[in-house]
Amino acid sequence: MRCKGRVLGGSKRKTDMSVIDQATFNELKQMSGADFINELIDAFLDEAPMMIQNMHIALDTKDVESFRRNAHSLKSNANTFGATELGVLAKELEQMAKENNLEVGARLEILEEAFSKVSEELKGMRA
Amino acid sequence: MKSAREPGYLLVVDDNKVNRILLARGLEGDGHQVATAENGKQALEKLRSDSFDLVLLDIEMPEMNGYQVLETCLQDPELRDLPIIMTSSLDEIDSVVKCVELGAEDYLNKPVNPILLRARVNASLEKKRLRDQQRKLFRTFATKEVADELLKTGFSLGGKYVNASVMFADIRSFTSIGEKQEPSDTIELLNNYFALMFEAIVSNHGTVNQLEGDGLMALFGAPIAHDNHREHAVRAALEMIELLKGFNFQQAAQNKIQIKIGVGIATGRVIAGYTGTQHRATYTCVGDTVNIAARIENHTKETQRPILIDQYTREGLPNEVEVEALGPMLFRGKQQAIHIFAVKG
Repeated sequence: MRCKGRVLGGSKRKTDMSVIDQATFNELKQMSGADFINELIDAFLDEAPMMIQNMHIALDTKDVESFRRNAHSLKSNANTFGATELGVLAKELEQMAKENNLEVGARLEILEEAFSKVSEELKGMRA
Repeated sequence: MKSAREPGYLLVVDDNKVNRILLARGLEGDGHQVATAENGKQALEKLRSDSFDLVLLDIEMPEMNGYQVLETCLQDPELRDLPIIMTSSLDEIDSVVKCVELGAEDYLNKPVNPILLRARVNASLEKKRLRDQQRKLFRTFATKEVADELLKTGFSLGGKYVNASVMFADIRSFTSIGEKQEPSDTIELLNNYFALMFEAIVSNHGTVNQLEGDGLMALFGAPIAHDNHREHAVRAALEMIELLKGFNFQQAAQNKIQIKIGVGIATGRVIAGYTGTQHRATYTCVGDTVNIAARIENHTKETQRPILIDQYTREGLPNEVEVEALGPMLFRGKQQAIHIFAVKG
């Protein structure tokens, strides 16, 4: 596995405060081709808000399993696009749910903020 | 992109749209035809209504997860042999191990690496093709029961020792027969002859595993063990002679060549297993018993008796099967004499 540890530090160095790891994203784009990167971005921007919404509902209904699954999905997609920070936040929530702990504090709101940054950036990256 | 050697029809199962698109487009780019399902239930519906070559199955899904889909497939005789590659994130490694132990063909980590995706998918399709070929081969050479039993127990390529009866049979003076008539007549004669011999062997629980020219080799007691394999082999030989009488009667009526055969049977321990290459494999057995059976069959020419067996085969026969002891025979290259018996038809 390629080490992605530099990404968080890297985003601070960049003037545009990128939240997407360019190397991961370029790899995805190269593998998929220009047409299909748009399809992928649209699918993610379509589905991710639903996942977050489902997590809110799961918190209210104390549905640990649904919370875990949606966090898992979000994490998986975030990693696909190189949205490293979002991935880390989602993974943390998934892990808490795995431990049957839904005392997430403000973590879901922080994740939402992270997602809107990712969302903005990805929109600009459509080919 | 280098395309697959032989494209397949694949089902991608994932509740996550991004993952579905990613996998489907990657596979389509590699020349495959791809259908998708969003959850386990939908996947099973599609698998039961359409014929797929391979499934890429996500573990984490609502309603029915990948683990449950895998279990259902493995219990379904129609879907059991369909290769399933699990797709999962790195931290699901425990679940993946469980799936592979249960019977999943392979796994892929998400996000999927396109090179690995292509390699694993092509390898799995290749293996499936080999299995399909073996199944076809077995359906041709053995009964449906044998084929089904083998499919159930799985094709193990490793050899093992089994106690079996080995039969060799061929047509007397076939070379001269071939010189006396048109090539097309010879081939027709062979095809009719083999059809009859297969019927006699297969209906007595035998498996024909080799054909060469006018000769054939059949196994009794392998690949499926039978306590009465010695009797089965001898009953098959008697039926072969009986069917041949009817065949010769018809041949005579049409003024065509009549044939005689010799059958040799030996019983003992053999090494049985699959041999061949990835593209063409067959079940066979080797060992001293096989050599002896071939020698005994050859010996029918001298004795002018159509069915000869060794003493170990003789010991497994019920009283009503009449045999005549021909005494010990020392075959060239063998240390010990073999007691030969002629079976009376």
